[in-house]
Amino acid sequence: MADSYRLMQEQYVKILKTYLEDKNEIGLYQAQQFSKKVLENQISPEEVVSLHIEALEQFYPDLPQGAWDSFDFLIEIMMGYGMAYREHQILRDKQKELESEINVAANMQQTFLPDEVPDVEELDIGVISVPASKMSGDYYHFVKDNNGCVGVAIADIIGKGVPAALCMSMIKYGMDSLPEQRLQPGALLENLNRVVEQNVASNMFITMMYGSYDPRVHHFYYSGAGHEPGFFYNRAEDTFEELYAKGLVLGLNRDTQFREYHKKIEPGDFIVLLSDGVTECRTAEGFIEREELTRLIHQYSDLSAQEIVNNVFYQLEKLQGFSLRDDFSLIILRRKV
Amino acid sequence: MSVQSNVEVHSEWGIVSARQAGRNLAKELGFGGVDQARITTAISELARNIYLYAEKGEIVLEGIEKKEAGGVHRGLRIVAKDQGPGIKSVREVMEDGYTTSGGLGAGLPGVKRLMDEFDIDSITGEGTVITVVKWLR
Ligand SMILES: Nc1ncnc2c1ncn2[C@@H]1O[C@H](COP(=O)(O)OP(=O)(O)OP(=O)(O)O)[C@@H](O)[C@H]1O
Ligand SMILES: [Mg+2]
Repeated sequence: MADSYRLMQEQYVKILKTYLEDKNEIGLYQAQQFSKKVLENQISPEEVVSLHIEALEQFYPDLPQGAWDSFDFLIEIMMGYGMAYREHQILRDKQKELESEINVAANMQQTFLPDEVPDVEELDIGVISVPASKMSGDYYHFVKDNNGCVGVAIADIIGKGVPAALCMSMIKYGMDSLPEQRLQPGALLENLNRVVEQNVASNMFITMMYGSYDPRVHHFYYSGAGHEPGFFYNRAEDTFEELYAKGLVLGLNRDTQFREYHKKIEPGDFIVLLSDGVTECRTAEGFIEREELTRLIHQYSDLSAQEIVNNVFYQLEKLQGFSLRDDFSLIILRRKV
Repeated sequence: MSVQSNVEVHSEWGIVSARQAGRNLAKELGFGGVDQARITTAISELARNIYLYAEKGEIVLEGIEKKEAGGVHRGLRIVAKDQGPGIKSVREVMEDGYTTSGGLGAGLPGVKRLMDEFDIDSITGEGTVITVVKWLR
């Protein structure tokens, strides 16, 4: 520390001298470069003033006493900056530490999500889930049972970041601890609701949509817990309709019942499930309309399910200037033609 | 060498007197301008805390020495003591960004960084003793 101060001092004297002799832009450019070096060497502001004073003592030893006294005053003024500067350095280190901890946690969280979509002959499945910051409050899950039925869950923890992520790991655990045999969507949500009600703080709410696709009869059975409605695309009529399921959010009331709905799926029809980060995508003009979303999906509907969700995500991300305000999850299940 | 001075602190005047005494001693011991300013800033912060939170107390200043392999090391010790309410959670207070001034690096963590040694003893209901040392380079 003392060493680097001496070195800095020699250099300061040299470049200040050059500047005072030539008084040109080169000298000032050197000063700018020097100011970077000062920061690299963690020289604090009051020390910079002191460098200046010591240089002046060499160049102009005969300055009036008042000028020298005024430097004591200046050093005192710079002390506040010095203290703020030191704290800044420490907070920066702390931030790095926090960031690396969060990175580890975010990687762990990734392992909670399925690493591939189930392989089903009759279905084309696409999924994308992107957190707004490092950790996500969205959750999705696929299961394939012995009968070849595909269960799909999408959940959204109200809130985001680390608290939502902690809550999300609970949901994952809750899903894993449900009985082995296949559950009807309504019964599954009722089970899960009890787990959440017992284990999650009362100020955390979780919305969820659970569906089960039976490829033997091509029916999609689904129930919802206060979740953002999805869409059903009818290929024959080339229309989108809302996939709404009435039900209270999870964790609110121990004995909530969930109604079950179903939909017949024809070749080329598809189901869209999403989190509210998709519809609450905010642009300069306000939230995007749900119609805009269906128009976007329609625009890419000739592509594979995975390509559709990728493209929709890209377009919406772009609309928001590539910074997401909420966790974004979008799933498409399409009956193959 | 045991120049020691005690300054009572129960008003802003006391803070100024403590600074003055600290500056005189620092000069006498051979501290440069920047270190003088660091020492007086530390005294300011400690004395202000006494004045604000304990109403009264004292600042004790002393030139000290320690023998080391390289020879004798000289330094300045500041002890700030009061019989005020004490600090409930020292750990919290020493955390960066805690001060009521809102993360401008001042307060006790700032004092700790300005000085070479820092020690704090505080008992709720009995008072606080903070000892800091700056060594001559
Ligand atoms: N001598 C003391 N007696 C009792 N409490 C104290 C004393 N010194 C500090 N404290 C307590 O510790 C807290 C932190 O003190 P510190 O000096 O770090 O910050 P601050 O005084 O709150 O803000 P500032 O940055 O303006 O100094 C104070 O708010 C006060 O509650
Ligand atoms: Mg204070």
